[in-house]
Amino acid sequence: MNKIMYSGAEILLKSLQKEGVEEIFGYPGGVVLPLYDALYLQDDIKHYLVRHEQAAVHAAEGYARVSGKPGVAIVTSGPGACNTITGLANAYYDGTPLILITGQVNSKLIGGDAFQEADIVGITRSCCKHNYLVKDVKDLARVVKEAFYIATTGKRGPVVIDIPVDVFNAKYTFNYPKNIELVGYNPNYKGHPLQIQKALETLFESKRPVIISGGGVVASNASKELKEIATKLHIPVVHTLMGAGTYPDNLETSLGMMGMHGNYCANLTVANADVIFAIGTRFSDRITGCLNKFARDAQVIHVDIDPCSISKNVKASIPIVGDIKNVLTTMLSQLSKSHHKVNLELKDKWFNDILEWKKKVAIPQKMSDKLSAITVLEAIYEYTKKDEPIVSTEVGQHQMWTAQNFKFNQPRKLITSGGLGTMGFGFPAAMGACVASKKGYVLNIAGDGSIQMNIQELMTCVDYKFKVINCIINNGYLGMVRQWQEKIYNKHYSQTKISSPDFVKLAESYGALGIRVEKEEEIIPALKKAIEFNGPVLIDFICENFEMVYPWVLAGQPIDKVLLSRGEC
Amino acid sequence: MTINHTISVLVSNEVGVLSRIVDLFSGRGYNIESLTVAPALDSVYSRVTIVTPADNDVIEQICKQLNRLIPVIKVANLSIGEAIEYEIGLLKVYVSDENRAEFMNIVAQAEAMIMDVNDKTYTVKIDGDEKKVQTFAELVRPYGIKEFVRSGKVAITKGNQFSNIKTLVKQD
Repeated sequence: MNKIMYSGAEILLKSLQKEGVEEIFGYPGGVVLPLYDALYLQDDIKHYLVRHEQAAVHAAEGYARVSGKPGVAIVTSGPGACNTITGLANAYYDGTPLILITGQVNSKLIGGDAFQEADIVGITRSCCKHNYLVKDVKDLARVVKEAFYIATTGKRGPVVIDIPVDVFNAKYTFNYPKNIELVGYNPNYKGHPLQIQKALETLFESKRPVIISGGGVVASNASKELKEIATKLHIPVVHTLMGAGTYPDNLETSLGMMGMHGNYCANLTVANADVIFAIGTRFSDRITGCLNKFARDAQVIHVDIDPCSISKNVKASIPIVGDIKNVLTTMLSQLSKSHHKVNLELKDKWFNDILEWKKKVAIPQKMSDKLSAITVLEAIYEYTKKDEPIVSTEVGQHQMWTAQNFKFNQPRKLITSGGLGTMGFGFPAAMGACVASKKGYVLNIAGDGSIQMNIQELMTCVDYKFKVINCIINNGYLGMVRQWQEKIYNKHYSQTKISSPDFVKLAESYGALGIRVEKEEEIIPALKKAIEFNGPVLIDFICENFEMVYPWVLAGQPIDKVLLSRGEC
Repeated sequence: MTINHTISVLVSNEVGVLSRIVDLFSGRGYNIESLTVAPALDSVYSRVTIVTPADNDVIEQICKQLNRLIPVIKVANLSIGEAIEYEIGLLKVYVSDENRAEFMNIVAQAEAMIMDVNDKTYTVKIDGDEKKVQTFAELVRPYGIKEFVRSGKVAITKGNQFSNIKTLVKQD
């Protein structure tokens, strides 16, 4: 038995080390002083000081999405903790493993409205997977162990550990627990073999099958198995926004992204399928469109680690609860023993239909002499694709154009806010991605609205020389909202015209590189200069104001009602 | 079809577990008709019995969502299969001299129990299933119910089925 006494702060750091944590993001404050003192006295864990607590959580999420390891953030009580809510909700929605450590006022003062007190366990209850208030230093190591286990298993997600200042100061021995006893938490990893068999037979007999690959495939690291299944069974694959890169975009059977701004072909394929093999997707409304008309005639095979995702929105005919990698591996082994042969003739017509649909694409819209956002993004993609950079995005038109125009051949390359749709996510997430990837540069594709939501992180990037290249698609509007106003609200551009600072001067005042691009021929030189610069860059692409994102399925419409240009209604 | 479901939830008896359950219902727009909570045989666990109106799809989601909460150990929908459901009603009723005999007759027939008497009111306990409690209240309503307090439902499966996990029940 280890008899050396440690402070709660030291126990926390030792526990984090036991979990393999090397990098954390955070912002100090009154009640976490003991923790920051313990951090000061050690070299094993590197702390990155951000400029806003929300950014700490987004950065931890970017880190987690790229590395696959849980991200860790530390903030102080009250306002510090309250500032993390958006970050937590974002990670909870997109199933990102995260540990958030919040300081709390002295445990004896809790409930007495102390300075910087907030009931953070109460506030975060509905936007994290689980949370703890540690009132006794004896529980601390166990709680950290449990928190990491919960965050990284089942449907992954954020876990909050709220620690009062007196617990950081209290002394206790350090023995990191080996086992976990959580009677009520037993995620199901292995899919039911009979269900998998049934799914396989259904796929064999299908005439018009399609696979929808979602974010769960990324979380489960199951891209290889997905590719094998799709190839062996000869099934085309569409992906959701969160599933970008799970199935290589350069394969012929990859039909690209489906959903509200998905490809015509991807949407039509799903709408006309007789069997939908949905893997690691929760069928959000941005995917299904009008729910009553979605997949009416299709059998739905749905694999997910989270039982709640199954039959929540779309009724599954063959539900399979389990880890995707495990389920697909079982399916592959059943497949190798099976006497069935894929009947290619049966699927001929299906592939002919798909080829026809592939021909229909969005019609480009040239409206003024200003740069087209799509031209800019195509150029960025073409110029940077040899480096295969990690790409983060903010939320809005630029996000959809990125998803449409960048081809991702591996997972964990597109870091974007899918479920919550958080403007201000991309930039701090890109910082986390920099820390996790340790090499090259990270592209953050932003809008002029979104970038202003966490612009303060430029200073963090300058301090740590993070090579984040922010490509601002500057169209002078909150473009996605404006697009809806144009189409649905009679061009009443209510509060969507938005001004911006001089981004070049702004970048320079932070010590970053700022470049303005107004003509097509300036795009490549600007990118070249940005990549060569050893630090953060803002490139301000002055773009056409009224460009719209197409294809577009209006909210509430069935997904095969795809608009390809302004002319359609 | 929306009907009342009786859900029996075994949880770790820890701080905040009831808030987690109630938050889940309010956050996802589910209703709670009644709710009872008490420690289980082994007091590290608690038993929560929830009555909730829902159709088949919604009740499936409610059970799954409850299961997703970390301190929730077991969720059983007792409306599937046979269960004994029980609740208690306490009523304070105005009874005058003229209708006392009639009132006492109803109390006797319903097997209710008089818990307290004063010059104006009788306080009566009625127990049984929801219907029995409700019917009794309707019968005595004409006399003037001053107060009506219900316990909410507790329930247990019939026969040799458990909504417990075996290992969690200390067997003598």
